[in-house]
Amino acid sequence: MSSLIQVKNVTKKYGGLTANNDISFDVGEHEILSVIGPNGAGKSTLFKMISSFTPTTSGEVLYRGERISNLKPHIVARKGVVRTFQETTIFKSMTVRESVVVAQHLRAKASLAGYFWGSRTAQDDVAAFGKYADELLEFLGMSEIANELASNLPQGNLRALGIAIGLATAPKVLLLDEPFAGMNHDETMNMVNLVRSVRDERGVTIMLVEHDMPAVMSISDRIVVLNFGEKIAEGTPSEIQNNENVIEAYLGSADDEIGM
Amino acid sequence: MGFSSKQMMGLGVFLFAIFVGVPLLIGATGRWDFYFTLTSVALLAIASAGVWLTFYIGRINIGQGAFALIGAYVSAILVVKAGWSFWLSLPAAGLFAALVAVLIGLPILRLRGVYFAMITLVLTQVVTLTALALPITNGAKGISNIPLPSGLSLFGIPLIPDFGSMENTKLAFYLTACILMVVTYAALYRLVNSRLGHLCRSMQQNEELASSIGVNIAYIRIVIFAISSFFGGLGGAMFGSIAQSVYPSSFQVADSVNFMLNCFLGGLGYVFGPMLGTLVLYFGWDLLFEFGKYQMLIYSTLLILIIRFLPNGLLSIRFSKGDKS
Ligand SMILES: Nc1ncnc2c1ncn2[C@@H]1O[C@H](COP(=O)(O)OP(=O)(O)OP(=O)(O)O)[C@@H](O)[C@H]1O
Ligand SMILES: [Mg+2]
Repeated sequence: MSSLIQVKNVTKKYGGLTANNDISFDVGEHEILSVIGPNGAGKSTLFKMISSFTPTTSGEVLYRGERISNLKPHIVARKGVVRTFQETTIFKSMTVRESVVVAQHLRAKASLAGYFWGSRTAQDDVAAFGKYADELLEFLGMSEIANELASNLPQGNLRALGIAIGLATAPKVLLLDEPFAGMNHDETMNMVNLVRSVRDERGVTIMLVEHDMPAVMSISDRIVVLNFGEKIAEGTPSEIQNNENVIEAYLGSADDEIGM
Repeated sequence: MGFSSKQMMGLGVFLFAIFVGVPLLIGATGRWDFYFTLTSVALLAIASAGVWLTFYIGRINIGQGAFALIGAYVSAILVVKAGWSFWLSLPAAGLFAALVAVLIGLPILRLRGVYFAMITLVLTQVVTLTALALPITNGAKGISNIPLPSGLSLFGIPLIPDFGSMENTKLAFYLTACILMVVTYAALYRLVNSRLGHLCRSMQQNEELASSIGVNIAYIRIVIFAISSFFGGLGGAMFGSIAQSVYPSSFQVADSVNFMLNCFLGGLGYVFGPMLGTLVLYFGWDLLFEFGKYQMLIYSTLLILIIRFLPNGLLSIRFSKGDKS
């Protein structure tokens, strides 16, 4: 497996606090890689650096060998590396379908002026976006709420909407920050299957941060573990479940081992 | 773009009213002074449309007077000193205002909320002071004796008659201002409902999420601020031509505040909100004239009440039940 994303010696300091210290790892194409760790371990910070939402203090992130850290978020998104947010982040007064349509704008063939004058290409774009939105919402099982206003959705659907918006950009790499948060068991299992089929059917490489261990163990090809900003382990789910450092970091004892 | 038959009807009635109804009424009543009032409303509505557009990207713009003043001066200078046709100076005034907006916007558009608003609040004063200081703007004396717009013809076909040789320039200016206003709002409507408008909405609702889906928010902000100021420059240039003069005080901070209030009053959620807001505010102020020294007090109180109880503007009364356009 060739590596698509390379995190190379990335460090992030907030004043005196080191949120990430010299983190390195690779993500292979079509891989599902999870980043786990206790609260405040630096997981979200790492995702923010990969998507250029915050600059690195030192080190760099490469995508297909090209640096994507310390740029602008929209430039990284245009290259195909797109993140979702840990906190609920939606377009409040758009419907689900409108959100998914606007998120496809990167694929527009017509210029902004073309849209203004209603050129043929722009009309084709609009038709294509609508079609793809319907197809994507169907795929995500969200067709029924397509015309609901985002601000009217229950919590579980908000997460799904965040993922739908990210997916609508047709990313090559999707970074999901706690995609299962606030979901019950069934919803989580449903979402696990969806994320897997996003990878299998759409060929999207997935990185995710999650606290739900059963979900992480079942979905991940590999796992990176952070603790106090340090990478303390990296490996397959079974390797991680049996890793002394990890068990200690999570619980301070080997009794309650993580896993299913 | 699909219009409902109701919308088409409304549009037809509106166009008929401003282009046929008003001239007939004024002719019948002999209240020729109303032409000037309504022309002013139309031009102020154009400038307000620009302010509304900056609201659309989540920025409170209290600086439109600055761009109106710039537009008025650019047109006046081009006509008086360079001998341009007014009709050419009009788009040039808009473009120059847009260019200034790009230069000013680059550093200040990163600011949000009250910080952006505060900076725009001083812009009008800055332009006034600049006009006082520069030789080309003639300082405090301003530029008076601007000739009336000359005729315009293209390939020998007369498009616009010479205003100077007209009996009724009031009507001519009124019609010009209305056409300009209709074109401005048509463009605004189109913009808001096209991809640029959708990207603006995404930014207005969540800038982080917008940039995560690849929206170049810095670029769009500049484009929008430039278009907004283009409208300001256009309105200002027309004003100068009607008044046949421009002074450093032709547009003041109070005007900038009014442009913003027009938008609030009409409704930030409706493209045609600023047009209605301008009309109501302009006439509202005049109607309160008889209250003498209490005019300002009553005016402000009413405004506060309206904004308090109709946070989505006057148009929300009509649209609150269901069909949001
Ligand atoms: N903008 C910031 N300024 C200062 N400190 C920050 C900032 N963002 C994060 N931190 C700090 O960096 C550390 C890592 O935060 P981060 O959000 O990456 O943790 P996390 O692993 O995602 O935690 P959680 O599981 O709770 O989401 C924390 O101590 C946090 O307080
Ligand atoms: Mg986090």
